Amino acid sequence: MPFDTIITALKGRFADLATSEFRDNRRVVVAPAQLFDVLKSLQEEHGFDLLFEMTAADYLKYPNAVDRFGVVYGLLNTVTGERVFVKTVLNEPDLTLPSAFSLWKGADWLEREIYDMYGILFDGHPDLRRILMPEAFAGHPLRKDYPLRGRGERHNFPVITRANS
Amino acid sequence: MPLEALDTLPDGPEKDYLWTLNFGPQHPATHTTLRLILTLDGETVVKAVPDIGFLHSGFEKLGEDLDFNQYVTIVDRMNYISPIANEIAWHHVVEKLMGIDLTPRCKYIRTILAELARISDHLLCTGAQALDLGAFTAFLYGFQQREVIYDIYETISGQRFHPSYTRVGGLLYDVTEEFVRKVRSFVQEFPATHADMCRLLNRNRIFVERTQGIGVLSKELAINLSCTGPIARASGVVRDLRKDEPYLAYGELQNTFKVICATDGDSYTRYLVRMEEMLESLKIIAAAIENLPAGAVNVDVDSKVVFPAQTSVYRTIESMIQHFELVMPNRQWTPPLDEVYGAIESPNGELGFYIVSDGTGVAYRARTRPPSYIHFATFPYLIEGHQLSDVVAVLGSLNIIAAELDR
Repeated sequence: MPFDTIITALKGRFADLATSEFRDNRRVVVAPAQLFDVLKSLQEEHGFDLLFEMTAADYLKYPNAVDRFGVVYGLLNTVTGERVFVKTVLNEPDLTLPSAFSLWKGADWLEREIYDMYGILFDGHPDLRRILMPEAFAGHPLRKDYPLRGRGERHNFPVITRANS
Repeated sequence: MPLEALDTLPDGPEKDYLWTLNFGPQHPATHTTLRLILTLDGETVVKAVPDIGFLHSGFEKLGEDLDFNQYVTIVDRMNYISPIANEIAWHHVVEKLMGIDLTPRCKYIRTILAELARISDHLLCTGAQALDLGAFTAFLYGFQQREVIYDIYETISGQRFHPSYTRVGGLLYDVTEEFVRKVRSFVQEFPATHADMCRLLNRNRIFVERTQGIGVLSKELAINLSCTGPIARASGVVRDLRKDEPYLAYGELQNTFKVICATDGDSYTRYLVRMEEMLESLKIIAAAIENLPAGAVNVDVDSKVVFPAQTSVYRTIESMIQHFELVMPNRQWTPPLDEVYGAIESPNGELGFYIVSDGTGVAYRARTRPPSYIHFATFPYLIEGHQLSDVVAVLGSLNIIAAELDR
């Protein structure tokens, strides 16, 4: 199915749907409320069966940015080789998105990583824990307000000396 | 038993016979630092929960601080088994962002290096898989050829492990005659080692019985779990970016190689797919090295994206200004204000980068799509119901590189 037909079909179903294109990346921009239905429709009706990428970005210091966070889903149709990116934007205080785990099991760790790095919550995820950072870690390191050299975690690391061990 | 089903089992005496084993983070068979919390019924794995992050070193945060050329030294250290594939992927995406079209010579050299990296990666993976199951010799045969590949890296860049050889719009140096000679002799000599490894393992009764039917990944599950590369191809997913979305010189070398696919999806099949892929890579290298185009290796200096030659920097003011512009943090490149995803077929699968650009020479967001991370998430699905001793057989066939897993 050519890409334009997919877009027309999606636009028929979901009202305020924006599209954009850069190089060979074709993007559909949706509101968080519609996200799950758009993903489900792309998977079930348009054959995008592989979630090859899922990531987020913090636009805090981005030039002329309106929204704080963006979350991007990369979908691939393994039969035709077509790719589409679904993007949604989020603002504080409501940093919750529906989990895509029920559509793709591969979303499990990808969502956990986004939660760990950006603090975005995924409603319906079976096991939303930190994955790369330790459980006790405070803050979300890939946010732009988190400093590159950390907030003194390394400097204040409790060192156990031989005498105290 | 699927993970969800286990959670519905009642707690208490019904589950008392289960016991927990911590596998790793430092265990010889994990090769790197990763931990598995295994729930066992006798020796049968009922549930496996991977615990990762031991090697997390904030690569993506560093990517937001280092410029497009500097960050290549960091991506090098992600999959350190085939570092040059990471470099090629990174600059492939940076060049896609900036809309740079490489010179034919550069495309061919990068293709040769990417395929050498694939052979090097598969040699380690198949060798280590055999090593974990008790066959040491195949691993040593493989490592002897990996040394030859390291020698080739050393010839081109002066560095054996982390060459940091690609640059925006080209390469650090052009290759020499010696490189061509070494690659030719590798193409000549490698099939003998490959045949030795095949003779040692393909019909080795211990190896086959310990891997065949172990860790079966069905096609549906492979797609649902986002698998790519040899792991997906061993499960019958016919996807290879070299054929499907040709980049570098793969478009021109299309007829020299085949995509290796299988349908069984077990550890043994993954091993076979990797072994066969090495021979296909060798065909690409042989064709590319004989058709290596002459000409410049970097794009035209007037495009203002590459460094001018050292001699001209010293002798002309224009070149000196251009060099200066590219190294000063507030000048550098001016990519469009947009975001782009690009990927290459790395030895392990689709290795992609998602770059958000704010118009400066430093990525605003440099996301890696790490194949190891995505493939390790499949592990609980593969191991359940198998024996404890099968853990290493499955782990070895997934080729998990912890530096890429945790970044």
